Amino acid sequence: MTMSAVHPAPAPPAGDAAAELRDVHIGFRSGRHVTPVVRGVTLRLRPGRVLALVGESGSGKSLTSLALIGLLPPGAEITAGTVALGGDDTAGFTARQWREARGSRVAMVFQDPMAALNPGFAVGAQIAEPFRRRLGLSRREARERAVALMREVGIADAAARYGDHPHEFSGGMRQRAVIAMALALGPSVLLADEPTTALDVTVQAQILRLLARRQQEAGLATLLVSHDLGVVARMAHDVAVMYAGRIVEQGPLDAVYTRPAHPYTLGLLRAMPDGREGARLIPVPGLPPDPRRPPGGCAFHPRCPFATDVCRTDDPPLTETGGRSVACHHADEVGAASSVEEDR
Amino acid sequence: MTATAHDTAAPAGDAEVVLRAVGLEAGYQRPGRHGFGRRRVPVVAGLDLTVRAGRTLGVVGESGCGKSTLARAIVGLIPAFAGTIEFGGADLASMPRRCRRRVARDVQMVFQDPYTSLNPRMTVAAVVAEGWRVHPGIVPRDREDAEVARLLELVGLRPEHAARRLHELSGGQCQRVAIARALALRPRLIVCDEAVSALDVSVRAQILNLLADLQSELGVAYLFISHDLDVVRHIADEVAVMYLGTVVEQGTAEQVFGDPRHPYTRALLSAVPSVRDRPDDAAREIVLEGEVPSPAAPPTGCRFRTRCFMAAERCAQDVPELTVREGTAHPVACHFADAAGTGGE
Repeated sequence: MTMSAVHPAPAPPAGDAAAELRDVHIGFRSGRHVTPVVRGVTLRLRPGRVLALVGESGSGKSLTSLALIGLLPPGAEITAGTVALGGDDTAGFTARQWREARGSRVAMVFQDPMAALNPGFAVGAQIAEPFRRRLGLSRREARERAVALMREVGIADAAARYGDHPHEFSGGMRQRAVIAMALALGPSVLLADEPTTALDVTVQAQILRLLARRQQEAGLATLLVSHDLGVVARMAHDVAVMYAGRIVEQGPLDAVYTRPAHPYTLGLLRAMPDGREGARLIPVPGLPPDPRRPPGGCAFHPRCPFATDVCRTDDPPLTETGGRSVACHHADEVGAASSVEEDR
Repeated sequence: MTATAHDTAAPAGDAEVVLRAVGLEAGYQRPGRHGFGRRRVPVVAGLDLTVRAGRTLGVVGESGCGKSTLARAIVGLIPAFAGTIEFGGADLASMPRRCRRRVARDVQMVFQDPYTSLNPRMTVAAVVAEGWRVHPGIVPRDREDAEVARLLELVGLRPEHAARRLHELSGGQCQRVAIARALALRPRLIVCDEAVSALDVSVRAQILNLLADLQSELGVAYLFISHDLDVVRHIADEVAVMYLGTVVEQGTAEQVFGDPRHPYTRALLSAVPSVRDRPDDAAREIVLEGEVPSPAAPPTGCRFRTRCFMAAERCAQDVPELTVREGTAHPVACHFADAAGTGGE
């Protein structure tokens, strides 16, 4: 791939970003044609902060997080932009460099813990594996470290459960084991892609609490990928809302949630049942665009109540306004509309 | 059916009862001791509930609480071990399968995932009309096309969708087809098992609004099963909270969500992340320890006591009945229902 040729030389990384995406484009290649799915995303993950990437299915949020750990699915490739880990551009990373970075610099917690664990091996052995292979510890030392880690993530009776296989663990316990594996080598960046979506609410509450505690203790720079606006509200300091492969609004959680300035953010928040019995929901009309046939101008305009002629021709850039960045020609109107709603 | 127009002003007690389950037990069977015979594992373990005409009963609970088993027993996909399911003057639970078919058209079901519950290679028209093959006489053959078009319009699709195949449609559109298919038989009750759980937020709101509109137009009743408390709070008139096969609390949506009295309901409500939460104020939530026990070996006494933050000695012996208790306005199955509302924070 000729990524470095396409993109100008990366600017020197900012000191406080543990990981960074700069104007990253990701597409699916079929023959000579590339379907763009992520279209120019810039994100910075800072130590001790949780950034949530919010969006619906197909918005490109999962691909964005996979790019940070070098695990894009077959066919997907970075067509432009820079992915940096702790200041190092990963464009030139060999397979071996990526293997070394995974676990020790960046780790990931996936949605389905059953798929993330090998069903044929004891859970404890899987947690101990990085200690053996990467740190070269003895079998006994690795086991001790693994049991201690299992205890830290709240697996009761850790020593006795060391030899149990994944199918003998409940869903919540499996996710705890996966978190233990992710944290084993002390990474500075944690990617959590829908970490609690497969879990029940009371178990979800336990796992969110665990993630928040570990994140704070270790000062992890965390990217939380989620479609659940409530989970995000509970976990994240900052939010980036993705639509059709672009970030349409990004800023501190409070600013974005209480006074959204992009019509899509406003639409998502309005479409959530908010506990008022019987009140009518306000859905976002229509469907997200097909990435093979994107609409001209702003990708959201066919579904947008604020759309005017300029929206059909010009794709708005992400610009600073009211303490966050927004990609909308009518951000002021949307902000005004959402604050009226808040007052009611 | 159109005669029973839905009157939103009518209090819950007045509407005609469509379905009443009493002491319902259902579940799965597994080999008995030493491999001899079979042992019944009741996943739904003695449950009473009532659905009224033109109204929505929401059932909430976590995985393994038996809410899907309940749905399956009610539509007759699995047999009931014990208890009765009263519907249209007959008992569905004891009815032979052959007779059941006649009643079946009055109770329809919408599943969570339209891609697996409907055949993706059938056309939309064929899916919607399929029920008329099983239950002839509802719509004359020569009126079928017009009726399919009318149903599609009702659920917000266009007539030209009739010729499409399901795999060409989006998830939300498929779920609209599943609803049209259920409505085609003019049922009195639709069982929705996690019917909106697989949909994205913006589309989910469209389907929830559609279900509400259809109810006020057609007077159909819903048994709406979901793990999503916000959704149930939004759509349900009455709510039953399930835990390990039994109902632990039941009442109007206002009572259950506004004044929860069972410790499990309180924990569940506090665990649901809301858009109004913030990272620093998570401390006020009640976090339950552990996970749901197996229905094959439920705890003695109160089934919730092993995870309950209020459990006392008594809870291990006495099974708390689901009744209206002193200091509560709605039925709660907890010895300490009175304290639960006021205690804690």
